[in-house]
Amino acid sequence: MYAQMIKSEATKDDPEQLAAFQARIDAGDKIEPKDWMPEGYRKTLIRQIGQHAHSEIVGQLPEGNWITRAPTLERKAILLAKVQDEAGHGLYLYCAAETLGVSRDELTEMLLDGRMKYSSIFAYPTLTWADMGAVGWLVDGAAIMNQVPLQRTSFGPYARAMVRICKEESFHQRQGFDIMMKMVNGTEAQKRMAQDALNRFWYPALMMFGPSDAESVHSEQSMQWKIKMNGNDELRQKFVDQTVPQAKYLGLTIPDEDLKWNEDKGAYDFTGPDWSEFFDVLKGNGPCSTERIEARQKAWDDGAWVREARLAHAAKKRAAQVAAE
Amino acid sequence: MSNGWPLWEVFIRGQHGLSHRHVGSLHATDAAHAIQNARDVYTRRKEGVSIWVVPAAEITASSPDDKGSLYDPADDKIYRHPSFFDIPDDAGAM
Repeated sequence: MYAQMIKSEATKDDPEQLAAFQARIDAGDKIEPKDWMPEGYRKTLIRQIGQHAHSEIVGQLPEGNWITRAPTLERKAILLAKVQDEAGHGLYLYCAAETLGVSRDELTEMLLDGRMKYSSIFAYPTLTWADMGAVGWLVDGAAIMNQVPLQRTSFGPYARAMVRICKEESFHQRQGFDIMMKMVNGTEAQKRMAQDALNRFWYPALMMFGPSDAESVHSEQSMQWKIKMNGNDELRQKFVDQTVPQAKYLGLTIPDEDLKWNEDKGAYDFTGPDWSEFFDVLKGNGPCSTERIEARQKAWDDGAWVREARLAHAAKKRAAQVAAE
Repeated sequence: MSNGWPLWEVFIRGQHGLSHRHVGSLHATDAAHAIQNARDVYTRRKEGVSIWVVPAAEITASSPDDKGSLYDPADDKIYRHPSFFDIPDDAGAM
């Protein structure tokens, strides 16, 4: 998902306090920033919310790529609004992470020097306008699957950020599907572009949910703490079951010859993604990994004088005000 | 690196006459800048008609450890709720 392979941190706290903390979570209490919490809970959340925030911010890049080349003024305005939302989502999440005692600057530095990751999906290129459709439909669709249950997560600021994000996310998925509908009802060439976009984004979208639960060693503690609400396989299955009929509606073919309805389990059987590719992308070897971090680094460096100038200006104004009084 | 912009808490009043409500926080260098950023971050869909921003450092909050002593006194005063009193149906709407 936007937060993949989050390693849950070991916790070395007093067993009695830990038990009382778990009891609060089991009772459905929200944990607030000033409440006592195990060190492992705090660290795991910083990593998870941080990665989620970074994904929103880096996620602007593949779409920002098409703002100047959107086919109409209306599409351009819509895409701008969507990308602006992603920036907003990143900011809500950075604020939630900051309540845990890490600064925004520290989080940014950890992304830039590779200590923190962003979702594997954003390391893939957006080659045609149809990719804007596929990203909204599949990537935001997959994100919604994960984010809706996270509205009930145990950490108050994270849950509240998720409520805001989910309200806005549905627009993103619909605008993507709308682009796909337009493409498949267009010329043969446009339809081929739509199919090509689906072909390229299908498996990377499936990867977003992370490796199979059977191999995911960190899930159990996070599920117990209610900072992970569903298993990876469960969400991936739900995504496939929801998306296959939508592809049929569009007249597009899911690029999986073994995809078929399984009457017994009441769900689709499908081929999983190539996990070696996933691990490679997560290590920073995705097709656009270098470009993405370079773009973030450039924005950080180029913005340094603005950050400093604003602070200096505010200090000068304050000083003038004090002098006037 | 910790010389970042100060943190502000943002409160928005919606269109339906309810009080300002805390919606989140953001970083800004001064109050006017905070209002500007709050507009962009928290009211992209006409969520409000009025914005308050407060430096986070200026907020005094009750401590979670005081939960007991602060709120206990209300525990045994359930007569403060109207449902404490049984009013016969015959008495009509009340």
